[in-house]
Amino acid sequence: MTHGVATGHARPQSFLRRHVFSVDHKVIGRQYLDLALVAVVTGMVLSWIMRFHLGWPETPVPGLGKLAPTGAAGGVITPEFYLALMTMHGTIMVFFVLTTAPFAGFGNFFLPIHVGAEDMAFPRINMTSFWVTLLALLVLLSAFFVGDGPPLSGWTAYAPLSAVGKDAGPGQGVGQTLWAVSIAIFCIAQLLGSLNFIATTLDLRTRGMSLARLPFATWAWFITSVIGLVAFAVLMPACILLILDRVAGTSFFIPAGLVISDRLQPHAGGSPLLWQHLFWFFGHPEVYIAILPGFGIVSQILPVFARKPLLGPRVFITCLIAIAFLSYTVWGHHMFLSGMNPLSATLFSVPTLVITIPATIITLLWIGTLYGGRLRFTSASLFALGFVSVFVSGGISGFFLAQPSTDIYLHGTYFVVAHFHFVMGVAAMFGIFAGTYFWFPKMFGRMMNETLGKWHFWLTFIGVYCVFMPMHYLGLAGNVRRYSAFTDDYLQPLIPLHRFITVAALFTGAVQLIFLFNLIRSRVRGPKAPDNPWEATTLEWSTSSPPPHDNFGGRQPVVSHGPNEYGGAGPRDYVMQADPQ
Amino acid sequence: MGRLFAVVVSVIALVSAAIFAFHVWWLPPDISTHGVRIDRQMNETMVVAGALFVLGQLALAVFVWRFSASETRAVKSFPGGPTPLVVLATVLVGIEILVLTFVGSKVWADVYQTPPAPGSLQVEVLGEQFAFYFRYAGADGKFGAMHPELMSDATENFFGLDPANDTTARDDIVVGSLVIPVNQPVELRMHAKDVNHSFYVPELRIQQDFVPGLVIPLHFTATTPGKYELVCTQLCGLGHYNMRAFVEVKPRADFDQWLKEKAAAL
Repeated sequence: MTHGVATGHARPQSFLRRHVFSVDHKVIGRQYLDLALVAVVTGMVLSWIMRFHLGWPETPVPGLGKLAPTGAAGGVITPEFYLALMTMHGTIMVFFVLTTAPFAGFGNFFLPIHVGAEDMAFPRINMTSFWVTLLALLVLLSAFFVGDGPPLSGWTAYAPLSAVGKDAGPGQGVGQTLWAVSIAIFCIAQLLGSLNFIATTLDLRTRGMSLARLPFATWAWFITSVIGLVAFAVLMPACILLILDRVAGTSFFIPAGLVISDRLQPHAGGSPLLWQHLFWFFGHPEVYIAILPGFGIVSQILPVFARKPLLGPRVFITCLIAIAFLSYTVWGHHMFLSGMNPLSATLFSVPTLVITIPATIITLLWIGTLYGGRLRFTSASLFALGFVSVFVSGGISGFFLAQPSTDIYLHGTYFVVAHFHFVMGVAAMFGIFAGTYFWFPKMFGRMMNETLGKWHFWLTFIGVYCVFMPMHYLGLAGNVRRYSAFTDDYLQPLIPLHRFITVAALFTGAVQLIFLFNLIRSRVRGPKAPDNPWEATTLEWSTSSPPPHDNFGGRQPVVSHGPNEYGGAGPRDYVMQADPQ
Repeated sequence: MGRLFAVVVSVIALVSAAIFAFHVWWLPPDISTHGVRIDRQMNETMVVAGALFVLGQLALAVFVWRFSASETRAVKSFPGGPTPLVVLATVLVGIEILVLTFVGSKVWADVYQTPPAPGSLQVEVLGEQFAFYFRYAGADGKFGAMHPELMSDATENFFGLDPANDTTARDDIVVGSLVIPVNQPVELRMHAKDVNHSFYVPELRIQQDFVPGLVIPLHFTATTPGKYELVCTQLCGLGHYNMRAFVEVKPRADFDQWLKEKAAAL
């Protein structure tokens, strides 16, 4: 049995060391969440502009002409500006929201407390991870302010479009280089962060905190770290090779004989498919990096509000591990039609379909957990239940895209957009919302407003279905994605559906103001939170709200119970992990 | 609150599924010989995936409705623990996967892992920012070699041909629409001039990327005369949304006539 060791940093006195350059994991966790909040607002505003343009391509977006005089002269956005918005939306959301908030944000704050430690294993490295992440975000956002604007090759940055430089279009000059540099920097932060999570989970567990007693969220963060350690270790060199192709004249991803803008490119010998393989070797595990923390958060929240243990905790953890392994065997399903050997499509299809088995088991465990429970409805539990619903919706469409034969028709259409937005965007966001409503009292010592939280849930839940379910229908009708306008004749009849989606997206976006208001107001004026407002079992609820600098006020917690002991008889129907034997 | 959740989830699930089931938006009619099998695979997947979707959402709704808070009732655990659910998921999804893979990989192999029929019409396709060009071999049945250094949009030498020195290139016919005869197997050889593009004709149930540096073969047979849109589905730059051409499927005689006219105009 390993024991928590005191990391021994005293509470610093200066404002800068306490709130800015802090090595305290709780401060760093909040910083990550604040960064993700800024990123998500930016990413969402970009999506509003895109959706508005798709619904009404000729109508000027009010005020946009002033903000982006080249990209949107008079407020009507140009095709290249649309693609730039799309690229930045995807990149910001995937890296700086879906990876940052549920994993780095909540993970930083709660993983050390969950294991009963004072801090992360390497607090200074932890601080470095955050500041490196911020640097990566600033580098990415700076692409908005360079001459030709942001890159337009999508968040996947397929070579050679991303590799050949400004001949390939506006934004493919400096903007694309900034993109590649930003992602390479981001990888460094993630690698450091993952190492820290793994070391902390394995080495800093307090007395009695066996692996079997780890809370589910911490299991999920731990496994996510392992996935991230391998995935980002591949993306980083890929980005470095891309940068070299762009600035040093190498040809890792550029073959001979390319003529772009009537200019024969001075490259030879590279392979565009190499980029796709490297990117998706990272890119598919990235989906699980975004969603597994949500699995953990939901598995931790549902038992609290159903007042009974999670069904099959060992099965749940086994499934998480199975998903982690399988996630490395499926990347080729993004490349069925890429020109790779068609035989490999069948080989990649099988593990992709097989991964639905552990995912289905986990879903059934959640639903089975509700059976015979005494469900309490709070904003947190509603978002956790909503997570189950949107995860099912997003997962199901995977059946179509995992099969090469049906992917022939659906690849490159809005069906794909619907699929990944549901399963990795919306579901992960629901996990983040559930986590926020659940842990806010612990993080800030104040309660959030439940009435506003519930309104936020209902309007968001209905809103996201109105936005993303119709995208499946668009895909079935053959509506291709990444188009800045639908000039093709066969797409004309689909414009009313696009307008419906746009209205729903603007509405759902506006609803998030309720959340933002609740978040800010509760931070200042919310009622004082008790130590354990939800009657939960894990260690964070054994300490004060918010926890003291060393998490447990000078004592080291001793764990005698698992995280899953709910549903007992008597007035107190749960046993906390730190309760005596 | 539990009942509201149950009702909302059920309504969402049933309305969503009904729109799929009644084909309110659906694939355009198929005009290829292989497409019928893709459509069948799509329908079968729709039935099994649709059933799982509705069952999953309704199970969630029913359990939330039924087990809302009542402080007096003792909690019950799921009958039999997790094992029945693990078995259910593994068997149900496992069978589904086996069937879909077994049938689906045959459909896939039919399109992508079989050689084109002998005597297929050979057409070379060039994808470039932001247009498609098509090349027919002409009377000699041979394609002239492509020279990237000669490729130029300004001189309309899209394929980089060298008719001055290359006799096989002199009778090559280069056009902006893919014109093919009905019921005739066609083999495309796809070249990318600059970046990735993709060849997508929804009615033909065919989609394939162009990859710079690779020549990618693709074959199909169209069964219904008409004019269909061909669009690019691989992000290729600012004009991506406007990169399209037409596939014109003509009766045999009309096609021969068209080809003769094009050859005469050289």
